[in-house]
Order: sequence, then C-alpha cells, then structure tokens
Amino acid sequence: MKSKTSFSKIAYLKAKIEGDEIFRIVSALFALTTILLVGLMVYELTRGSWLSLQKFGLLFITGTTWDPVFTLNFGALPLILGTLTTSAIALAIGVPISIGIGLLLSEYVPKRLGFFVSFMVELLAAIPSVIYGLWGIFVLIPFLRNNAYPYIQAVLGFLPLFSGPIYGGGVLTAGIVLAIMIIPIISSVSRDVLSAVPHSQREAVISLGATKWETCKIVMSYAKPGVIGAIILGLGRAIGETMAVTMLIGNKFKVLPSSFFDAWYTMAAIIANEFTEATSDVYVSALIHVGLTLFLISLIVNVIARLIVWRTLRLVKGVSRG
Amino acid sequence: MDLNRNRKILLVAVTAIIMIGLVIVYPYLIPSEPEREITINGAGASFPFPLVDKWIAEYNKVKKNVKINYQSIGSGGGIRQHTEKTVYFAASDAPLTPSQAANASNTLHIPFTIGGVAIIYNVPGAPMGLKFSGEVLADIFMGKISTWNDPKLVELNPNVNLPDKDIIVVHRSDGSGTTFVFTSYLSEVSEEWKAKVGRGTVVNWPVGLGGKGNEGVAGLVSQNPYSIGYVEFIYAKKNNIAWGYLKNAAGRFVEPSLESFRAAAAAAAVTLPKGDESWAEVSIIRGVVRNTQAVDAYPITSFSYFLVYKELNVLPNMDEYTARQLVEFLWWTIHDGQNYSAELDYVPLPSNVMARNEETIRMITFNGKQLKG
Amino acid sequence: MDNYRIRKLKDWLMRILVWSSLIIAMIPLFSILLDVFLNGAKAIDMDFFLLPTPTVGEKGGIANAIQGTLITLGLASIIGVPIGVMSGIFLSEYHDSKLSQPVRFINDVLSGFPSIVVGIFGYVLIVSVIGFSVIAAAFSLALIMIPIVTRTTEESLRMVPVAIREAALALGIRRWKTIIFIVLKGARKGVITGVLLALARIAGESAPVLVTMGYWRWWFSGLNRPASNIALNIYLFAISPFENWRTLAWGSALFLILMILGISILIRVLTRGKYE
Repeated sequence: MKSKTSFSKIAYLKAKIEGDEIFRIVSALFALTTILLVGLMVYELTRGSWLSLQKFGLLFITGTTWDPVFTLNFGALPLILGTLTTSAIALAIGVPISIGIGLLLSEYVPKRLGFFVSFMVELLAAIPSVIYGLWGIFVLIPFLRNNAYPYIQAVLGFLPLFSGPIYGGGVLTAGIVLAIMIIPIISSVSRDVLSAVPHSQREAVISLGATKWETCKIVMSYAKPGVIGAIILGLGRAIGETMAVTMLIGNKFKVLPSSFFDAWYTMAAIIANEFTEATSDVYVSALIHVGLTLFLISLIVNVIARLIVWRTLRLVKGVSRG
Repeated sequence: MDLNRNRKILLVAVTAIIMIGLVIVYPYLIPSEPEREITINGAGASFPFPLVDKWIAEYNKVKKNVKINYQSIGSGGGIRQHTEKTVYFAASDAPLTPSQAANASNTLHIPFTIGGVAIIYNVPGAPMGLKFSGEVLADIFMGKISTWNDPKLVELNPNVNLPDKDIIVVHRSDGSGTTFVFTSYLSEVSEEWKAKVGRGTVVNWPVGLGGKGNEGVAGLVSQNPYSIGYVEFIYAKKNNIAWGYLKNAAGRFVEPSLESFRAAAAAAAVTLPKGDESWAEVSIIRGVVRNTQAVDAYPITSFSYFLVYKELNVLPNMDEYTARQLVEFLWWTIHDGQNYSAELDYVPLPSNVMARNEETIRMITFNGKQLKG
Repeated sequence: MDNYRIRKLKDWLMRILVWSSLIIAMIPLFSILLDVFLNGAKAIDMDFFLLPTPTVGEKGGIANAIQGTLITLGLASIIGVPIGVMSGIFLSEYHDSKLSQPVRFINDVLSGFPSIVVGIFGYVLIVSVIGFSVIAAAFSLALIMIPIVTRTTEESLRMVPVAIREAALALGIRRWKTIIFIVLKGARKGVITGVLLALARIAGESAPVLVTMGYWRWWFSGLNRPASNIALNIYLFAISPFENWRTLAWGSALFLILMILGISILIRVLTRGKYE
C-alpha cells in the first residue's frame, strides 16, 4: 500500500479510521438495529404474556382448550399445528410454481416479454390481503366447493385426509390462497438470482451439448442458496399471514381437523380475531402469549431451514460461489 | 447518454416532489376556522361505527372547530382505552361488568342507539319468515336439533315443507358484541346453554363454522344451502337473505325491524338504572324475554353505550372548553343525532331512554362544575 | 441415440411444466383483477380523486386516503429502506463477521411475524407514548419492510461476481466506495425489486394500521396524529353493509394495485441501464 517509511504506521491508522472502517461499523450498526428491534419485541411480548405464562407455563404449547367464558383456560397446540399445516401446503403448492416462473423468466423467455410477465407476477404482490380474502370468499370458495373438491374427493376420498363434508373453505383453501400470495416473492427473487448467474456457466454446459433443461439444472444449482433464501421469505409470509387466512380457514379451534376440507385455526388468525374484543386480563395475556409462541415457532422453522441450506451448500460445494 | 438520463431522472424527481407537495398542501388551501380547533378522541365498538361516523361528519358541519375521531377497534378495545384514559369517550355493545367498572370508577353509561340481531338462514324452497323460538334456536346452535325437518321446527312451521337435510350452523369466529348479544339471549332462554356455553364476545361454539365479521357470516349462509346464522339486522337486510321470525314472551312471532327493536327497548327501559350506577345487569333482552306485555318486541335487541367519566378532569390534557364541547356533542347525539339513525337502519331511542340520558349527561362535571345545565 | 431421445423428452416435458406454472399462477391473478375491476371501476370518477372519505350514503372519494397513505408509506420507507439496504450490504460484504449469522437469522424470523403482532408491538411502543399516529403506523410498517429489503439486497449483492470487487480493489478503489458505487450499482435491479416488493406488501397491510392508527376521516394533520389509509379503508368499508362504502372499497383496491404498478414501472424504467 503506502511506502515502507515511518509514515506508514500513521497512514495505516488513518486508513483504519477512514472510510472503510467507518462504513463497516455503520453498516454493522444498521444490521444490529434489526436484532435490537426484534429483541425489544420479544421483551414486550414476554411482558404482555406474563399472566398467561404464570398460569400455564410451558403447558400452553401443549394445551388444547380455549375457553374465555368459564374456566379461562387457554392452550395453543391446535393453533401451532394449523399454522404449520397451512404453511406447508402453501409451500408445497407455491414453491414449484414459483421456481417454474423464476426459471421461465430467466431462461426461457426473451427480455421484452419477460419484462411484461414480471409485472404480471408482481401484480400479485400488490393485491391487499383483504382483497385476497374477499375474492377467496366470493369466487374461490364457490368454485372449489362446486367444481374442484368434489372431484378430488371422488378420486382420493378413501384417504381420511380427503373425506368428510365440504363447505368450500378450510385448511386446503387457506393453503391454496397462501400459495398464491407467496408466489410473487419467491418467483421475483428467484428470477433475479437465477438471471444473475454468470453466462459462463450456461455457455460451458451448452458447449457440451446440454439441453435447455439440463442448463437450467446447472443454473439452479449455482443459485440454490439464493433460491432457498427466496423460499424462506415466502415461508415467513405464509406463517405470518393474517387477514386472508382468517377469512377462509373457518376459524375452528380444534386439535385436528377431520380432513383437508375441514375448518381449522392459526396463531395469527386467532390474535387478529379476538385481540380487540378481549376483555379479561388473562385472555389478553393468552393472546399475546400466542404471539410469543409464534415467534418461537418461527425461530424453530428457520433453524430447520438453515440446516437444509447448510446441507445443500455442502452438496454443491464444487460449484464456486465467488 | 448519461447526461440525458440524469436530466430525465431530475425531471421526474422534481415532478414527483411537486406532486407530493401539492397533495400534502391541498387541504391547507381550504380556509380554516378562526375558532380554536379541538380534537376529541373516542374508541370502541364497531357495530355503531357507521352511525358515529355520520354523527361526527354532521356535527362538524354544526360546530366546525370540533373534530371528533372515533376508532372502531371493538368494545373490548374501547373499554380498555377508557380504563387507561387514553380516550375521552368510549362505545361498547355491552355494559361494564362489575370488575371492569371497578377499574374505571365513576363511569357513566349513555345508551345512544339500539341494534337487533337477526336469525338468517338459507333453505332452498323455504319462504321468508320461518318461525323460531328461543329454545329451538338454542338447541340448533348446540347441535341438539340437527336437521331442518326436526319435529320441533315442523311444529313451529306447519305450513312449510322443511327438507330432511342437516342444518349447517354458522357463527362468528371473531370476538364481537353481536355474539355477546346473541349468546346472552340464548343464555336467557336455555338453562342448558347458560351452563354449557354461556355468553361472551367469544364462546366455545359446540357446532358450526366460523365466519369473520357479520359479513363473513352472511357470506357463509348465503353460499351454503341449509345453513343458519346470526347477524346484525342491517347485514340481513342488505345482503338479501331470508330472516326468521322469533317468538317473543307475548307469544307473537315478531320479525326483526326498527319498530320491533324500538318496542323492545321501550318495554325494557322502565328498569334502567341511573347513569352513574352499575349497568352490569342491564339488558333489553332480560327486560323483554319474559315480559308478556311487550307484544311487538323483538327479543334479541341491545343497546350500544357511550362510556364517559362523570368528572372529566381525570382525563389528561382535558380543559373546560374541550370538556364542554364533549358534553355538547353527547347531548347532540341523543337528540338531533337520532334523526340520522333510521336512514342508516339504526334504531332511534325511545323517549324514556332519552330522558334518562339527559339526566345522565347533566351529571358530567369538570372540576366539580356542571357542564350542561 | 436412446439416451438422447430421453433427454430431449425430458427437456420438452420440463418446458411444458415451466410454462404451465406461469399459466397456473396467472389464473387466480386474472380472476382477482377481474373481480376488483368489475367491482371497483364504477367507483372511479373525478370525485374519487378529489373528495375525502364520505359517511354512509354520501358522495365521496379517497383523496385523503391517498394523501395519508403516501405520507405513511413514505415515512415507513425512510425508516425501513436504509436499515434494510445497509443490513443487506453488511450481510453480503462482511459475511465473515461473527454478527452475520445471528443478524440473518433474526431477519428471517422477523419476516415471519404476523402483521397484527407487529402492529401490537408498535402500539405498545409508540401509541402508548404518542398516541394513535402516522409515526406508530410507519414504524410498524417499516418493521415489515426491513426483512424483505435486507434479504433481497443481500442476495442481489451476492450474485455480483467477486471478480468485479477484485478488479476495483486492484485499481486501488476503497472498499466502501467499491461497495456503494460499483457492487451496489450492479445489484441495482435486485435491490429495487426488493424495495418494490416490500412497498407493495405494506401498501396492502391493514392489520397493523388498524391497531396503530385506526380510521381517520380528515385530512393529514400531523405525524403525531393518524392519517387516512387506503388499505385500512378497504378493510373497513368492504365488510360493511353499505353500498357506497363497498364500491369505494373495491375502487380503492383497484387504485392501490394500479398505483403500485405505476410506481414499479416508473422506477424500473428510470433505472434501466447498462447492467442488464
């Protein structure tokens, strides 16, 4: 860097407190802000849940009653299961579609058309949750109840998951709408990540005689961590989605639904439904406790997602990420 | 190329800033009032929100410097804000329970409107105005009566060909004053309901699907044949759904309407306590459900209440001028305001309730000084 | 030869699947857009843009809601975008720091918070001090924005090849200058996508606004007061039984979608550059 004179030490120190170091510290501070805010949120959530924590403790997570009238006993197990199930359905349906669209936009479609198609997909992101809910009630549910679910039941009805009465809403419907809602996030980010893969990768494989699909596979493996990042964002949206879910899932507090067509409940939905009308202190505290539980579940899900990322990164170690 | 782009960006940025500036400045171009502008914050039930909103707008035409702001965050939220003294008045579909009243001592109750809960159903082939009784309703919502052609329903509706189909029960999934009113009624007419399910803004429904909001229940009922549900009357009216006639204590089958709600309120009003006493036991339902004289009364009727402190100096940042404006507004709502009720399908107060409210409002003081003579 | 045909078949099959995934996604989109358009188009007239929200039965528009929403979203962006972008930069460029794992992790967890809980947090933190206000709502909305912007910024920066950074360093350019003027510029497209996605998301969120701001029928009167909000109005009006409110709700939804689309197109067009 600088010449090796006695000035170099001063110059070195000057460089240290100049631009680079400052920038590093500043960006670190910004990043820490997030941790600070989340920490504050957890603190407030814990404070608000205190009454409920005192009364139920850890049994809250395994509790299966919700009685704000007589015994004031609350438990969150059905809510946890409901949240996880609807999110899983959303991912199962949404991820393949989103990745398909991401691939389409980055590999298959010329730039101009891609511009247009990207907008169409991002329009899905611009639709307010409430509108998803209303559309779900007045358009999707009648359609599913009259045209889709009966056929599914006719084919798969021997499985307990697909038996039982159909009223149109319920677990599967909520999962479907969640899938639609997470498609824009996952596909947009996937598209960006996939299209940023250097052309050298594609060219190398094509020169070896690969088909389009085989090229895609290579591109995807290069961008896999980014795609998984996109999926995690989508998962976050699915777990936390409130409005649309509560308008479609039926809001029934029970440990297990009788089938995919049955009504259920999620953590976010019960908070949205009952918080403003909750009267007794224990009741309010229990609802905040559900919020705290949601945070914990989110934590656990993210740990699992992280493990998956770590494992896939190991598998694609050969591909240099730079 | 770069210079062109930079100029383009500059042009767009400047345009955007000018436009946003205009948007922000637009209302200030409207001449404002010379008199001191005050804001009064209220919060509470969502059922009366359209009516209160109408009142706020109309009152602002009368008193241009008074801006009232009402947050429809639910009765529970309203009561909480009232207790924490973060609002100047609150609205609730249910009166304060003794424990709530203990936390917010010296609260006055002012019933400002009346609402009724309609029983809606969707039975293909059945006419409007199926007849129900309280006991039968309780049994339906408990799941004890599970088909439309159950003998008890047939008994009430001998001329209707009720089908042999399962009844799909629809209730509210979210906390709501409507649920509180409906379950209060069921608790009054059925001992079993009272013991098993009870009343509340949220209860453990033995059977049925949960719809979000009145709209959600109306939507579920209109889309599911052979379903039954309960909604605030106006939702039944506006959604073109069939509603049932309910048997009252006088033996008549009454349909939900502004008149029948008003009749119920008038019949029950004779037992209203003083404004500053406990209203925890007040219930139009209770006053009507065994009242054999209330011939035209529809039983599932309830008040919505304004909650306000008797001595207003307990509220932070309150001064005499603002306190006086609040009292004038409350006075206006129970008099002139009632003229706007019917067109919004809210029930105007009967005169005996109005008289009680006048008494109550006269109790409001600031630093001991009576504000309305 | 057989192997070649199998590969060709697979290629053909995947081509169909990929195109059909787009079609499957487009079906609900068109259905919703049609629904919104059919219900909302009749609300759009001059009054819609000039008048504030009406009471039941009166003529009105969403002028005050547009004003309030722009201000609230603007404030939320001022809070959320810098934090998000800088966090993304930190995670991508200084990924060897011990802080980066926890920060990324916490960020992902934050993205999973239900909007109502974020709203309640904003209520506890700010409304209890300042009262229902634009500040409280903007704060809660910023919390929803941050994880989206952070994630997308990080991923976009990561996709910029190391070679570019190395080249800049070889030319003697300072690290921070490299990051801001070269790497960030190269990742511009992705970062902007992230900001737009976040903006679109919070423009449609009504739950946190309900709890931190609530319904406001007047014009904007200060950051420490509430302001009218399009998403919240949609929520309140759409589920009401009154015709003029419901029409206004659907009209607002149409407007919201078009507004986001417009902003998206505008920013995309402006930042189209050499780094395609």
